[in-house]
Amino acid sequence: MDKALGNKIPEFNKKKSEGGGVGLSGTSLGLGDHRTKFETLIIILVAVVIIGGAEFLLKWFGVPQYVLPTPSQIVTALFTEWKFIWPHLLTTLYELLVGFAIGASIGFVLAAVITQFPFVEKIVTPYILLLVTTPMLALVPLLILKLGFGSEPRIIAVALASGPMVMINSATGFRRVDLAKIALARSFGASTFQIFTKIRIPMAMPMIIVGLMVGSIFGLLTTVGAEMVGGAEGLGNRLTYYSALIRMPQFFAVILILAIIGISIYVLFFWIGKKWASWEA
Amino acid sequence: MMDATHMRTAPGAADKKATKMFVEGATKYYQTRTGSVHALDNVSLEVRDGEFLCILGPSGCGKSTLLWSMGGLHDLSGGEIRLGHEKISKPHPEIAMIFQDANLLPWRNLAANIALPFELKRKKVDQERVDTLLRRVNLKGFETKFPRELSGGMQQRASIVRSLSVNPSLLLMDEPFGALDAFTRDEMNLLIQEIWMETGKTIVFVTHSISEAIFLADRVVVMSARPGRIASIFDIDIPRPRPVDIQTRPDFIERVLHIKASIDHGRSPNEGLAIT
Ligand SMILES: Nc1ncnc2c1ncn2[C@@H]1O[C@H](COP(=O)(O)OP(=O)(O)OP(=O)(O)O)[C@@H](O)[C@H]1O
Ligand SMILES: [Mg+2]
Repeated sequence: MDKALGNKIPEFNKKKSEGGGVGLSGTSLGLGDHRTKFETLIIILVAVVIIGGAEFLLKWFGVPQYVLPTPSQIVTALFTEWKFIWPHLLTTLYELLVGFAIGASIGFVLAAVITQFPFVEKIVTPYILLLVTTPMLALVPLLILKLGFGSEPRIIAVALASGPMVMINSATGFRRVDLAKIALARSFGASTFQIFTKIRIPMAMPMIIVGLMVGSIFGLLTTVGAEMVGGAEGLGNRLTYYSALIRMPQFFAVILILAIIGISIYVLFFWIGKKWASWEA
Repeated sequence: MMDATHMRTAPGAADKKATKMFVEGATKYYQTRTGSVHALDNVSLEVRDGEFLCILGPSGCGKSTLLWSMGGLHDLSGGEIRLGHEKISKPHPEIAMIFQDANLLPWRNLAANIALPFELKRKKVDQERVDTLLRRVNLKGFETKFPRELSGGMQQRASIVRSLSVNPSLLLMDEPFGALDAFTRDEMNLLIQEIWMETGKTIVFVTHSISEAIFLADRVVVMSARPGRIASIFDIDIPRPRPVDIQTRPDFIERVLHIKASIDHGRSPNEGLAIT
């Protein structure tokens, strides 16, 4: 296998072959390293103006709480309702983590294996694309029918939503073969496995991290959506519950928690990317 | 530590040297979608122990194919390559390759790049040897720098350290300085000549610059294109160490023109070699 690779034309000057995916350092997604104190100040100021302005305008026009609660009411609800919400938060995080771990591992391994066999890859890719583009939420009613109202159907949905995302991005990473680097490792006697761990994985790392980030965000969406479809647990369930009772401050408190989870996922992978994929910037 | 530091005498004496590597009837076809490419045709070549051999030829004549085969990185379609009595069919620990544009791993800093061969062989890094080599090429203190933070010349010096760190006896270099500017290239040529004189390694060096080949080599092997064959071999009996400015001396230029003429004699009109 590697002999065959070595027999191709050594392309020394082709530094990177580009693939799809979302860049970590792209202007649209990056947290930005060069944010000055001034810019940070402005961002905080804008937040203060928006939140304060909303508070003021909602009170000024006397908008009823069941239409739109004020920021202070939302925060108050978050604290008073916390003891009822947090078990649901744990359920959501559990389903997300387990589903994502399963989906991401399968996606990663599939990507690593499949890219070694161009023929298999050509056959499998359309089906993976189908999984990526079909909202896995659509399967949840069916899964609930088969598996009941526990966590299992949601975990499966999360795995099905995040796995293909991880797979497709990682595959893009694994497909960038630098024959000169592989030849280098081989010239020092590297085994196929060593070439995989020392060359292919580090080389694919930037795209793997992007896949993990996008996959986990997709997983979060699917968890919450699946919880809204059925069952009595999870933050998604709380959204349906509170909106049915028209308890809008509590409803928005749950949304606030979801936003915080989403941002944390993004920040986590941003820092992982900075540590393990910054060489590519 | 460096290996035996024996100084070379005038290269005429090289004739009596033992054979380091023998290429016998090497033939290579590449299979491509549009048919097969005949890259090497019955190439036979002796590499003598401790010599500096340059392989010179126009682009696409099969120099890399030959060198990569010598390194065990390519399968031949016919013929064989031996290191001593051992047939080379896969990479050999006695042989190290140096590639164009340094080929450092961008996700590793300099120290980690140099540690790679040890890692792959599951050995502890010979830190004393690495430090000696780093000092020798003026890279001590740059261990924590990443490749993108180093100049082209520094990167190539790092890759030389990486290759020498595992103490191979045969170095195969594929246009290692081709991407460098003229000044850095002169510096690197001096350095590699010194390292060769200090260590007693055998070096096979691919280039398409006639003057680089003459400056470095004990013998220059000229290849002709399509399919790659050995056209002629020139002995370069210029005493060492050779200073850079030797390249402006009339007798040096005469050698360049001589080799150029021999190449022009057998080449097709649109191929050419740089005189510089
Ligand atoms: N993997 C491959 N598949 C098909 N043809 C190849 C392959 N590798 C090399 N060739 C062809 O074989 C011939 C010799 O290639 P090679 O790279 O050995 O030449 P070279 O002398 O090193 O050229 P350069 O000076 O440009 O590096 C060329 O015509 C090239 O196109
Ligand atoms: Mg070449």
